Amino acid sequence: MFETALSFNDIIFLLKGAGVTLLVTFWAMAGGTLMGVVFGTIRATAPRWVGWPLAFVLDIFRSVPLLIQLILANAFQAIAGLQMSAFVVSCVVLALYTSSYCSEIVRGGIDAVPVTTRRAARSLGMTWGQDMREIVFPLALRVMLPSWIGLTLGVMKDTALITWLGIIELLRSSQIIVTRIQEPLFVLSIAGLIYFLMSFPISRLGRHLEKKWQDL
Amino acid sequence: MIEIEHVHKSFGSLKVLDDVSLTVNTGEVLSIIGGSGSGKSTLLMCINGLEPIQGGRILIDGTEVHAKGTDLNALRRNIGIVFQQWNAFPHLTVLENVTLALRKVLKKSRSEAEDIAVKQLKHVGLGDKLTTYPGKLSGGQQQRMAIARALAMSPRYMLFDEVTSALDPQLVGEVLDTMRLLAEEGMTMIVVTHEMQFAREVSDRVAFFNQGKMEEIGPPEQIFDAPHSDNTKKFLANVR
Ligand SMILES: Nc1ncnc2c1ncn2[C@@H]1O[C@H](COP(=O)(O)OP(=O)(O)OP(=O)(O)O)[C@@H](O)[C@H]1O
Ligand SMILES: [Mg+2]
Repeated sequence: MFETALSFNDIIFLLKGAGVTLLVTFWAMAGGTLMGVVFGTIRATAPRWVGWPLAFVLDIFRSVPLLIQLILANAFQAIAGLQMSAFVVSCVVLALYTSSYCSEIVRGGIDAVPVTTRRAARSLGMTWGQDMREIVFPLALRVMLPSWIGLTLGVMKDTALITWLGIIELLRSSQIIVTRIQEPLFVLSIAGLIYFLMSFPISRLGRHLEKKWQDL
Repeated sequence: MIEIEHVHKSFGSLKVLDDVSLTVNTGEVLSIIGGSGSGKSTLLMCINGLEPIQGGRILIDGTEVHAKGTDLNALRRNIGIVFQQWNAFPHLTVLENVTLALRKVLKKSRSEAEDIAVKQLKHVGLGDKLTTYPGKLSGGQQQRMAIARALAMSPRYMLFDEVTSALDPQLVGEVLDTMRLLAEEGMTMIVVTHEMQFAREVSDRVAFFNQGKMEEIGPPEQIFDAPHSDNTKKFLANVR
């Protein structure tokens, strides 16, 4: 018979860690998507002297390893006396990191809308804003969705790095239990299963929407 | 009346319209013919202010299109345009394609907009496609939908940019018939086309463009049967 020292309390502990992972992922995606839409729209529509410096800054967020960004940001906010909690720092850094990827996705989505379709909208007397709202974003959304879902799943896994700021998320909580009960394979399998259960609905939703939009 | 006076237009160093002047009177159908890259599409784009110009001016009923204070969105409501392709808003049904601008631009109520849209869609023979998405329409049906969508705004002018050249041959006729109907109803139209037979039948005047210049303009009989310019002759010899 299979026996384990994993207690009910340990499961609760793991689920709490999963809750932290979900919460950080949520804020990172919410903030990152919001900023990504703004940055991506600027990059796709503004003149080059605006878009280029922005692209440069976003490139920094994309190319410096997330771990370095987290540790530096945490150190700088302490030096600056901002008194942000590690949780807030994590959310902010992850949101900026996410926004740099998201802005590329948004820019690609906007660029994929045929110029003529946009001209058709403007030629009917629609304003730039109406064109963006009614035509460009809805069409771009269909192009962006698969990459955005991929980004979400990636960010969820990247949140494991915030443990370096002392936050106990899912991966860290499973490590703590492993250290105590010495059953790494079993505990990590459970942690993996929880990651999967959190990701699965998101990718399913993505596939559902893709299918729904496909035959338009 | 559309008055085009000494218009110059360049993309960077590429000169696309070179001192183009012409007038389209109310009720007139003007066809524009000419080789690829001669600036025909660009001219249409300049007429409703989708493209800036570098010299000259364009007046629509006396309003200068490229003047600073001109409300382009208001001006464009009077000028319908249909392109060669990519006209449809693919995420909206045929009915929604037509009602969108009626509601957002002309601020009509949903039911009012739908009444107008249904009437226009029936007019172009799409009365049974209201809830269909454009992706499920044939190319010819998509073009007719685009025409209905433009007409729903009650424009005073219609611009057509090679609206049949991306279509399978058997679909060309239905779209040309719709345009012919429109011409008979007295719509003022500028039609960029490669359909010489159509241009001859429907137009009051035909203009031939060559490398950014308007080479020749006149009644269809002149352009097609006795062109004054050698370039017109050469062009027509090649397309026939
Ligand atoms: N947005 C643009 N940027 C740069 N060059 C352009 C742009 N649009 C058109 N051109 C160039 O301007 C010239 C005229 O183009 P235009 O589309 O007006 O020609 P056309 O007479 O409509 O040709 P066609 O019969 O092939 O449609 C071409 O050389 C084209 O490459
Ligand atoms: Mg053209």
